[in-house]
Amino acid sequence: MDVLLFFVTAAVALVGAIAMLVSRNAVHSALFLLLNFGAMAVLYLLLQSPFLFTIQLTVYAGAIMVLFLFVVMLLGAEQVEDTPDRIAWQRPLGILLGVGLLGVAAAASLRGAAGQPAPGGEAAASFGNPAELGALLFTRYLLPFEITGVILLVAVVGVVVLNQRGRQQAPAKPPAGD
Amino acid sequence: MEPLQIPPVNLILLAPLLTVVGWASALLLVDVFLIPEGKKKLTGYLAIAGLLVAGLVGLPLWNVSGSTFSGMLVLDRYSLSLTWIFVIVGALSIAMALDYLPRHGIEQGEFYPLIMFAVAGMILLAQGTDLIVLFLGIEALSITLYILTGFAYPRLTSEEAAMKYLVLGAFAAGFFVYGIALVYGATGTTSLAGIAEFLGRQTLVAEDQTLLLAGAGMVLIAFSFKTALVPFHMWTPDVYEGSPTPVAAFMSVGTKGAALAALLRVLAFAFEGVQAYWLPVLAALAAITMVVGNLGALGQTNVKRMLAYSSIGHAGYILLGIMVASERGAEAFLFYLLAYALTNLGAFGVVIALEQQGESVWSIEDFAGLYQRRPMLAVAMALFMFSLAGVPPTAGFMAKFFIFTAAYEGGLGWLALVGVITSAIAAYFYLRVVVKMFMQEPAREVQPELNRGLNADIIIAGVATLLIGLVPTPFIFLAQQSLVALGG
Amino acid sequence: MSWADILILVVQCFVITLAVTTGFAYLTLFERRVLARLQNRVGPNRAGPGGFLQPAADAVKLFFKEDIVPAMADKPVYLLAPAMAVIPALIIWAVIPFGCLNIANWDYRACFSASGEGLRNILQIADINVGVLYILAVTSIGVYGITLAGWASNNKYSMLGGIRSSAQLISYELALGCAVLSVVMTYGTLSTREIVYLQGWSNGGIWGIVPQLLGFVLFMIASTAEVVRAPFDLVEAEQELAGGYNTEYGSMKFALFFMAEYIKLIAVSAIAVTFFFGGWRFPGLETLGRGMTELAGPVVGSIVMGIVSLGSFLLKVVIFLFISVWVRASWPRLRYDRLMDLGWKWLLPLGLLNILYTAVVYVLVPSQRLAAFVLLGLGLITLAIAGSFSSAPRPVDNVTYVKEVVRSSTGREERDHELRESAKGI
Repeated sequence: MDVLLFFVTAAVALVGAIAMLVSRNAVHSALFLLLNFGAMAVLYLLLQSPFLFTIQLTVYAGAIMVLFLFVVMLLGAEQVEDTPDRIAWQRPLGILLGVGLLGVAAAASLRGAAGQPAPGGEAAASFGNPAELGALLFTRYLLPFEITGVILLVAVVGVVVLNQRGRQQAPAKPPAGD
Repeated sequence: MEPLQIPPVNLILLAPLLTVVGWASALLLVDVFLIPEGKKKLTGYLAIAGLLVAGLVGLPLWNVSGSTFSGMLVLDRYSLSLTWIFVIVGALSIAMALDYLPRHGIEQGEFYPLIMFAVAGMILLAQGTDLIVLFLGIEALSITLYILTGFAYPRLTSEEAAMKYLVLGAFAAGFFVYGIALVYGATGTTSLAGIAEFLGRQTLVAEDQTLLLAGAGMVLIAFSFKTALVPFHMWTPDVYEGSPTPVAAFMSVGTKGAALAALLRVLAFAFEGVQAYWLPVLAALAAITMVVGNLGALGQTNVKRMLAYSSIGHAGYILLGIMVASERGAEAFLFYLLAYALTNLGAFGVVIALEQQGESVWSIEDFAGLYQRRPMLAVAMALFMFSLAGVPPTAGFMAKFFIFTAAYEGGLGWLALVGVITSAIAAYFYLRVVVKMFMQEPAREVQPELNRGLNADIIIAGVATLLIGLVPTPFIFLAQQSLVALGG
Repeated sequence: MSWADILILVVQCFVITLAVTTGFAYLTLFERRVLARLQNRVGPNRAGPGGFLQPAADAVKLFFKEDIVPAMADKPVYLLAPAMAVIPALIIWAVIPFGCLNIANWDYRACFSASGEGLRNILQIADINVGVLYILAVTSIGVYGITLAGWASNNKYSMLGGIRSSAQLISYELALGCAVLSVVMTYGTLSTREIVYLQGWSNGGIWGIVPQLLGFVLFMIASTAEVVRAPFDLVEAEQELAGGYNTEYGSMKFALFFMAEYIKLIAVSAIAVTFFFGGWRFPGLETLGRGMTELAGPVVGSIVMGIVSLGSFLLKVVIFLFISVWVRASWPRLRYDRLMDLGWKWLLPLGLLNILYTAVVYVLVPSQRLAAFVLLGLGLITLAIAGSFSSAPRPVDNVTYVKEVVRSSTGREERDHELRESAKGI
């Protein structure tokens, strides 16, 4: 049962990922990516980790993809423009390097998994339990947690700063079509 | 539920970091609520004061060392010296920006606290001993720089630069996280000491370590992006050209220095056991970085782009010091970083002085005949150029001398040779600027604008460049002392 | 997991879907009748006794309407959007406990145990340890239906409606998250079953409304905005947007959007009951269970428990639905900037403040129950202060404004004089 579910979900995830790449319409791409995220979430569920499942849904499907969709819709950039690449060798090279990276990653994970049992870290004992995760976050990983707060502050300030200027100078800007 | 046991935290060890972050956060509020529009320079002065205070706070910690936050952060002399370098870099960059921003109509008080946050990220990189902390340090630094790069927002080049930097930076961040995940999968820890311990326990067979090596490689790629090593350097010229010049100055020395400092710690501490694997890779990177960086600078007519390529080349030299993970190498690294930071900041200061309002052409022709108009400025620029090229009585010479000797002694003689040859090539384009300034008539009228902040900046940089070049002993002593706690 | 378990699960899902959809159909009737009463009208009363068959008539009408796909629409996405709207509204029910009917060994006492040992409650589909997070996750993907519908229709009004509503949903998600977070902090668990258990008076708890009064108010406002009900129904502002994101939808596809909205309304009411009003619990329920078990054996005992708890839950939900209709009848729609103002400048800070209160009070006050009342007091004070701070401008229309200006600038007699002069001129 679990194996069957795994294969179905994994297939859906793969189809979503590949369809995202080949889709010509940016909104369709975003939706296929959403499908992929959903399938990943179900995979987490199969791994007995409902916490990761909900986080995957909230963060990726609920926040990041909505942002993507928003940007695509507001820019009206749904259609890929078919301008000929100025650097013709770039695309094949990119594909080649991408496949290379995939190969390295696959080899690493396969051989790494085959070589020895993974040494469990701090999270392994109580994986996926939100209470334990929270405790870990406030004890051992307190510093990264706090730094993240500072980083978010910086990001918010940055958004306000850049946005404010755009608004102040908007009237002075000529209505250029770029 | 039993209450959480928060591990003991020794805040004294991160006093400089806390000072910078706290001061910057307070400054954000002060800037918004207390400082009136049009007097934002005051914020800049306050920011400089904050950085200096942070530097002073570090003074009594010279003999303190230890780690805190479950071993994620250490304070040692190495990190303290780096902190001082970063504080100086930050303060000088702000000094440059004080008049640059209003002149270009992009003055906003938040600029100065943002620089402080970037400095905080750099200090974090110097102090962090956990891959997660290092990643967050890099992110803190990068996110700040994305904003600062786009600070001249309606100017298209600035937007382009910010966009390029953001996209590539995010890409690099992805590599970093992936690398950390693989390393964690292999060793079960993200702490540098833990990784070193794991590698010490293990008898290494390459076949078993695919996961670890792939992870380490990805971390290395991320660092290469941040420090603009060839072939991950493509963004550098465009970003330096487009971003506001003080920001470019800050980036050219700050980001690079901080990321390289962290890289030194990662390689020398955590991955010492697999040195046989990363040394050839890094050597190749250093060699092509030196060659490509210096050759690329040859053809540039835009001074900002030239300085960008030059900074790529210098990253290659600094890498030499990192590779020889000996005491000598780390010493040379610190010394080179200090010398390069001061020289480069000075050079960018002169560029800012020459920059016209709203103008985005920094042609090398603008330097022609500078000697006739502003002799002191020309002399200062010549000094910086000599130092960058590595001509004897300057800091640059001493730095290069040290780093090449360290490389030679560390058994990397061929790399030292590459370094010497590329330095000779580099001399051509550095000296070209000098020739323009002293030997040619001005091609067109350029009114250099100097003011207090910029003046102070150029004077400090110039004096320091000369001082380090003429009496290097105290600085070398300082660098040697810095490594006592690091333990080579 | 045996096949019998899977069968039970399928039946559970089927029954709940059916029940919720029927609930939606009769909610529309309920709303129309109540609204009519509040507006001094009669409402639909012709189809069947008292209008009882009205929903069926509506359904038939919608089924037989012509189904149009606009020519320039992005067809796959256009067809997908209604489904994307309905699915979150349905799957959110998975973690909500409607009652407690224990079918493993028919022991009603398992319903009142902290650990849930030996409990096989068929009135809750999934008792997962992150139920609250699941609710938030599902709410967060509820945006897609509306956004995609607006985009795929290829119509500017739909697009505006879609963008507007997704901005609204995202903004109020933060306030909602803050309110839910303080609830989680109060109970110290993310499991909905445990949240209901911890609100029992007999085991030292108290209904969530007491410690989380502020949280409740925030939750109600934010969730009303989240399900785009009046007064936050800017999404379908007919006057400006010709209907909003669903302008181009007709027939059953329109009905699906309509349905998603109402099911979500029922769902947030159910969640509010679970978080703040003891879920299916009410004082004396345990005694009832014990009495029935002693009287008629464990099977009857737990079945009666199940039915009574379900009834109590539904009653509470219906009260909430009534309040929602009442609100709709009482408040006009907010202007868009005021909506954003309320969400970002009032609800979010208050939500953060509430989190602070909760954390500080539970650390400082040792007794749970005392802490609850301290929080109640703090919540009341904060609400009073926030209410007095509220600087919402009084409705001043242009005519009144001009009159005021004229009255203050010129004396009455002078003005009369002027009027007389001008009359002469004519």
